[in-house]
Amino acid sequence: MPVKDFLLPFLRSLLDSLRNLLPILLVISFFQLVILQQPIPNLGEMLYGIFLVVLGLTLFIQGLEMGLFPLGEAMAYAFARKGSFLWLLAFAFALGFGTTVAEPTLIAVAEEAAKVAAAGGAIENTTEAMDAYAIGLRLTVALSVGFAIMVGVVRIIYGWPIQYLIIVGYIGVVLMTMFAPPEIIGIAYDSGGVTTSTITVPLVTALGVGLASSIKGRNPMTDGFGLIAFASLTPMIFVMGYGMVIG
Amino acid sequence: MNSPFNILHTLADTVFDVLPILVIIFGFQLLVIRRPIPNLRKVLIGFVYVLLGLVFFLDGLEIALFPIGKLMAQQLTDPAFLYGKVDDVVQAMQWRDYVYVYLFAAAIGFSTTIAEPALLAVAIKAKEVSAGAISIWGLRIAVAIGAGLGIALGTFRIVTGAPLHYFIITGYVIVIIQTAFAPKSIIALAYDSGGVTTSTVTVPLVAALGLGLASTVPGRSALLDGFGLIAFTCLFPIITVMAYAQISEWRQKVAGKRTHSTGE
Repeated sequence: MPVKDFLLPFLRSLLDSLRNLLPILLVISFFQLVILQQPIPNLGEMLYGIFLVVLGLTLFIQGLEMGLFPLGEAMAYAFARKGSFLWLLAFAFALGFGTTVAEPTLIAVAEEAAKVAAAGGAIENTTEAMDAYAIGLRLTVALSVGFAIMVGVVRIIYGWPIQYLIIVGYIGVVLMTMFAPPEIIGIAYDSGGVTTSTITVPLVTALGVGLASSIKGRNPMTDGFGLIAFASLTPMIFVMGYGMVIG
Repeated sequence: MNSPFNILHTLADTVFDVLPILVIIFGFQLLVIRRPIPNLRKVLIGFVYVLLGLVFFLDGLEIALFPIGKLMAQQLTDPAFLYGKVDDVVQAMQWRDYVYVYLFAAAIGFSTTIAEPALLAVAIKAKEVSAGAISIWGLRIAVAIGAGLGIALGTFRIVTGAPLHYFIITGYVIVIIQTAFAPKSIIALAYDSGGVTTSTVTVPLVAALGLGLASTVPGRSALLDGFGLIAFTCLFPIITVMAYAQISEWRQKVAGKRTHSTGE
């Protein structure tokens, strides 16, 4: 293979990645130079960092199309062909639980939440009590995401319209908000957004779309998406429940 | 600059992150499916690309963008910058004095969402599945507008101290009403776009903004009021993505009517 055939597309995707970053660079430079009126510190180091970000984004997108998307779809087809409903549910739960429990943003949020609980007097203000609280919270969120992916997969298989399930979820959030201790509400609402990582999202999306296209009568557009939606809704309910039980 | 060491550190972190996913996938593959993955070599190479890509991406963000972004969030929320001199009466700050904070919040929310790899992945998939009806940039811009609006409104809430759940419940009501009228094919994707917005780029910067604001606005506590921005960022893209689909549908209808009437 001539070098040109590899190099040109790669350069083109590097340019694409740079374009994705352009808005951030513009916003930061504008506020730094015009509003705050300060020079940009360590320009050389910053350019090096931007180069790494562009290179990383390019590799990630390349790997996405080669690895993550085909993998998620291949597994969806294999499960659909095997016709084993229970194993599929077990896989969905494991994927949701396993990818969430070690998620770094979740670990950070759980530690913050433990501080809030200790300051609010819900738990003792000791390191052990706070650690136990944070780990309990992480397990709660991971359980809720596993549960969410499982429910989402069942929905795809039976073709239930997504909005009814989401509305039930919203009602659950509103009801829990009325009874949960006020200091947990902010953390609970935020926990929905932090659970879905950059590797989980493509994998879960490919799984959903793959399932919907391999089951007769399902439309990948209306039925294939929606797994992430459940994964960002259930943690809110579960975390408020955790706050009520512990508090 | 000890970046070679930093990269190794990020690599170790990312591998640790990916490990449970690999164990689950290959566990099920070997024990349950018992069928070889098609193009295994290519898939594995792709996985390595994803891993390395994330490492460079995170490390670059840590070097170039996070320090300056977090510093800016602190400086913009500093009463000395907003109100002129520190010895002025800080208590007299009104919500109007924070205009630059809202502007920064909207701009940083929009721009970090455009750079979010998870959203890009979903947009690529959505284009593929909709056979091009949903464009990659169209979806990403719709989501980014929602994220920007959401974060700006979230900073406004921290400044005024209004209860978080009133805003969120109002958002839910809007989502439900829109769901009744939006094209059926967009609904699932719109619901998904809430969760994918908040990932590696957005969360650290937005969290810094929320904590900075809650610790400098008089009467707010960083612990209690600093949270909630992520929730806004998750909710508003659902509304703007459905609006995007509604507007495109409406424009098609108008265009259809026009060609129809000129045809007669």
